[in-house]
Amino acid sequence: MRRPKNGGVWMILPLYLFTIVFVAGPLLYVLALSFAKANDGYGVTWAFNLENYKRILDPVYQNTFKQSFQLALTSTVLNCLIGYPFGYFMARLPEKKKKHAMIGLMLPFWVNSLIRLYGWIIILQKKGLLNHLLKSLHLIDKPLKILYSYPAVVIGMLYVLFPFMALSVYSSAEKLDWSLVEAARDLGASKTKAFWTVTFRLTLPGLLSGVILTFIPSMGLFFIADILGGNKIVLVGSLIQEQMTRGSNWPFAAALAVVLLILTTLMIMLYRKITNAKQLEGVGWE
Amino acid sequence: MSRVKKNSKFASVYMGILFFLMYLPIGVVIVFSFNESKLPVAFTGFSTVWYEKLFNNHAMMEALRNSLILGALSTFISAVIGTLGAVGLSKIRWRSKGAMEYISILPLMIPEIILGMVLMAFFYMMGLPFGMLTLLIGHTIFCVPYILMEVKARLAGMDPALEEAARDLGATPFRAFLDITLPLCMPAVLSGSLLAFAMSMDDVVISIFINGPKVSTLPIKVYTQIKTGVTPEINALCTIMLAVTLLILGLYSLVKRINQGEKTDEKQAH
Repeated sequence: MRRPKNGGVWMILPLYLFTIVFVAGPLLYVLALSFAKANDGYGVTWAFNLENYKRILDPVYQNTFKQSFQLALTSTVLNCLIGYPFGYFMARLPEKKKKHAMIGLMLPFWVNSLIRLYGWIIILQKKGLLNHLLKSLHLIDKPLKILYSYPAVVIGMLYVLFPFMALSVYSSAEKLDWSLVEAARDLGASKTKAFWTVTFRLTLPGLLSGVILTFIPSMGLFFIADILGGNKIVLVGSLIQEQMTRGSNWPFAAALAVVLLILTTLMIMLYRKITNAKQLEGVGWE
Repeated sequence: MSRVKKNSKFASVYMGILFFLMYLPIGVVIVFSFNESKLPVAFTGFSTVWYEKLFNNHAMMEALRNSLILGALSTFISAVIGTLGAVGLSKIRWRSKGAMEYISILPLMIPEIILGMVLMAFFYMMGLPFGMLTLLIGHTIFCVPYILMEVKARLAGMDPALEEAARDLGATPFRAFLDITLPLCMPAVLSGSLLAFAMSMDDVVISIFINGPKVSTLPIKVYTQIKTGVTPEINALCTIMLAVTLLILGLYSLVKRINQGEKTDEKQAH
C-alpha cells in the first residue's frame, strides 16, 4: 500500500454530504423539535422544555400507547403460535422443498403491502368473498362485520409480520443438531418431552428474535390500522401522523417519534445481542 | 436421524393452508381485476374493461408518470452517490468511517413512519416546497443504502491489486476507477439499482408525508382510493403494479445469477 491513504476522498464526499445533510440533519432537527414548544396556531417557539414528553404520560395518549401495546402483544403472541410451527416444519423439509418454501415465503415480501392488504379488504368486506361464501354455505344469515374492526387489524398485522417470525424460527431450527433430539428419544424421552426439553429450548432464540422483529414494527404500522381498522384503532403511528397533519402539533409528534425510535433501537440492540449470543455459543439460550 | 427429522402429514397440511392464505389476497386481486361484474364475490366473466377505464383515467396516468420519473431519477442519483460512496469507503481510513456507514444505512432501520415525519418537519424548516423535489430527496435517502450495501458486498470479494496495477501503469485515480473498479462493480450497481427502483415504486408511508397537496404517486393514489372503497379499477392497477414488481424481481435474480456465474468462472480461472 504505497498510495496516499486518503485516495478516495472525492468519491466519499457526496455520500458524506448527503448523509449528514439529509439523514443526520433531519433526525437531529426532530430531536431538537421534541424539546420545543408548539405555538397555539402554527409554528414553534424554541424554548427548551420537557412538556411534550410529559404530555405522552397524559391519560388520553397513554391510552394510545396501551392500545398499541395490546395490539402489538396480541398479534405477536398469535404470530408466535402460528409462525413457530411453520418455521419448525419448514426446517424439517427435505433440502429441495426447503428452497421452494423459502421462495414461497419471500415472494409476498416483494408485493406492495398495500396490494396485499387490499386483497384482504375484498375478502373481508361486508359484501365480500368470505361473507358470500359463508352465506352460500348457509353458515350465517347476516354478513359478518369483520372489516373495520379489531380482528381485521390483527389479521392484517399477522399477515404482514408472519414471514419475519417464520424465517426467524426457521433459521434457528435449521441449525438445530437433530442428533440431540435423537439422543433424547433413545434415552427414553417421549416425543413431546423430547420436543419441549431439547428442540424447543434450542430454537427459543429464533422465536425470541422473531418477537423482537415483529413487536415494535406492529406499533408503528399505522397504515394497517388505517386501511383495515377504519380509523377506529389509534396506534402510536397513527397518532404521529395525526399530529403532523391535522393536529399540527409538531413538537409533540417529534417527542412521540423519539420515544418510538428509542424503543426500536433498544429492540434492535436486544436482537443483535440474542443473535450474537446464539452464534457464539452455538447452543442455546441458558 | 430420519426418524426425528420427518414431518407428519399434519405439517404438510398446516404449511399448505398458510401458504394458501398468504397468496389468497394477491390471487383475489388479480382474478377480480379481470372480472366483468363490479362486485368482487363471484367471477361472472372475463373482461378487460377495468384496464381500459384505468388507462383512460387521467389522474392515474399522471400518478404513474410521476412514479416512473421519481423511481428513475432517485435510483440514478442514489446509484451515483452509493457506488462512489462504497468504493470511497473501501479506500479511506478515517475514524468517522464506521459511524458514517452506520448513519447512511439508518434509513432502512428506522420505522418508515418516523422517517416520513422527520423529513416532513425538516423540509418544512428548510423552506423546500413540498412536491417532486422533496419526494426525490426523500426517495434518494432510502435508495442509497440498497446500492451502498450491494456494492460494498461486491467490493469485499474483489482483488484490490487490479486497481493497484492500473495505477502502477500510470492511470490517474479517476481513470483507474472508471476503467477497472466501476466495470467490476457494475453487476452490484445494477442489482442494487433494481432493488432501489422497486422500493421507490412501492413506497407509500414516507411519500405521503412529503408529497404535498398537488403531487401524487401511484402508491399514494392506491392508498387514498383503497380508503374510500373497493373498485375493480384498483384491482387492475394493483395487478399492473404486481406485474411490474415481478418483472423487476425477475431481472434482479437474473443479474444475480449472471453475477454468480461470473464469480465461479473467476474461481475456475484462478
